[in-house]
Amino acid sequence: MFLGIETEFIAKALPLYGQAAWRTVWVAACGVALSLIIGLFCSLARYYRIPGLKSLAAAYIELARNTPLMIHLFFLYYGLPRVGLTLDGITCGVIGLAFLGGGYMAEAFRAGLEAVSRAQIESGLSLGLSRRQMVRYVILPQALAVAVPAVAANTIFLMKETSVFSIVAVADLVYVFRDLIKEGHSNENLFLLTIFYLVIILPVSILFNRWERRLRRDGIGH
Amino acid sequence: MAVARPVLKITGLHKRYDQLEVIGNLSLEVRKGEVLVVIGPSGCGKSTLLRCINGLETIQGGDIELNGQSIIVGHTRWNLVRQQIGMVFQSYDLFPHMTVLENILLGPMKAQGRERAEATKEAEAFLDRVGLLDRKDSFPRQLSGGQKQRVAIVRALCMNPEIMLFDEVTASLDPEMVREVLDVILGLAEQGMTMLIVTHEMAFARAVADKIVFMDQGSIVESAPPDIFFQNPVSDRARKFLNIFQFEGVKKEERHND
Ligand SMILES: Nc1ncnc2c1ncn2[C@@H]1O[C@H](COP(=O)(O)OP(=O)(O)OP(=O)(O)O)[C@@H](O)[C@H]1O
Ligand SMILES: [Mg+2]
Repeated sequence: MFLGIETEFIAKALPLYGQAAWRTVWVAACGVALSLIIGLFCSLARYYRIPGLKSLAAAYIELARNTPLMIHLFFLYYGLPRVGLTLDGITCGVIGLAFLGGGYMAEAFRAGLEAVSRAQIESGLSLGLSRRQMVRYVILPQALAVAVPAVAANTIFLMKETSVFSIVAVADLVYVFRDLIKEGHSNENLFLLTIFYLVIILPVSILFNRWERRLRRDGIGH
Repeated sequence: MAVARPVLKITGLHKRYDQLEVIGNLSLEVRKGEVLVVIGPSGCGKSTLLRCINGLETIQGGDIELNGQSIIVGHTRWNLVRQQIGMVFQSYDLFPHMTVLENILLGPMKAQGRERAEATKEAEAFLDRVGLLDRKDSFPRQLSGGQKQRVAIVRALCMNPEIMLFDEVTASLDPEMVREVLDVILGLAEQGMTMLIVTHEMAFARAVADKIVFMDQGSIVESAPPDIFFQNPVSDRARKFLNIFQFEGVKKEERHND
């Protein structure tokens, strides 16, 4: 016993939580990575007002941001099999997170793109850079730097959103928690659940903070 | 003596912003090696003129030729045209995320597809000439305004342009930094660079120009060699404009009149 917490149980449950945390990290990492890609494409489609794609991106962003992840997951896990497409829980989790996150990341990147000044763009154009070169060398590096704080907030938000994955049978932290708590030890389980979320989210938070500080010091970004 | 060929030839240029006519029927020519200085009151369309030349603004009429080729008629690939035109803005606009050298190499390497080694050699030679070789690995934020503007000039020069356009490049500099930038431009003039310069620095205009073009309300009011223009402006408007820059002797004269 330590502070009223049963250490024996902790030792026994630790590996289970560890495994679940590892799985949670993986699903979150894949979802966030995909959401960054989706977000970037959507924000560029809107920034360059690409006909068709622009409105499609705008509609998607609203849909993703204004509906709960749980509904995305239900649709993927229970809805798609009716049209003959069955996905396992983890795949649903990754896709659901990417769908939700893509909308948020698109908004983060859009703010970054809009922060690149007209003068910077004209300066690049005057050097005879092509449109693609402008995006790659002038616009994106500055836009991404500005977007870092919002991307950080979104990433942490998405990592926390993984806590609903157990509804599609992903054996994540909450899943293990629910499973173990049936046999009691609610304090110990709550303790472990909290600690493990901190362990996976806090480092991400700290790394992003450092990155933001460095960008601020370098006078790029906000 | 053979007259040099025109590098830039503008005929009957019209530029409107919505209903506002900013440039009306303007024609001018800059010959190879010639330095043209455009002066005129604020809002008369000087910046707009330069921006039309490198396609940052669309135009509503007239033609612009670069080395005898229209860059208006037909399908213009502006990025190729702009590679031949060096533009320097009032606010330097260096890329904040790149070092001085990276700023300078971006155009030559990416737009023109030149080799890094060769472009670097040229960039360093130019930097040396403007006294900034030791700052090549600095970031723009670590430089003074005058230094940034000299880098911006080198960045444009490294493209080996046919003509350089300068838009009030000393207007946002502290007075003690104006000279270092103007000296660079004077040096370019000595070496025969073709230039179209917009400035409010009258002494500099007089020193550097082969020809002064005085603009007002979107058209050219008069154009003449600097000595003639500054001693004997023909138009009322030019006389009035030049008077703004004369302060000396006012009090003395007043006392005299009493
Ligand atoms: N994007 C724009 N939209 C509408 N009007 C504009 C725009 N840019 C410039 N103008 C107008 O066009 C006119 C000419 O502007 P321009 O910047 O070319 O003047 P300028 O001679 O460079 O003045 P200054 O000496 O103050 O730099 C001004 O009346 C200005 O208000
Ligand atoms: Mg101007």
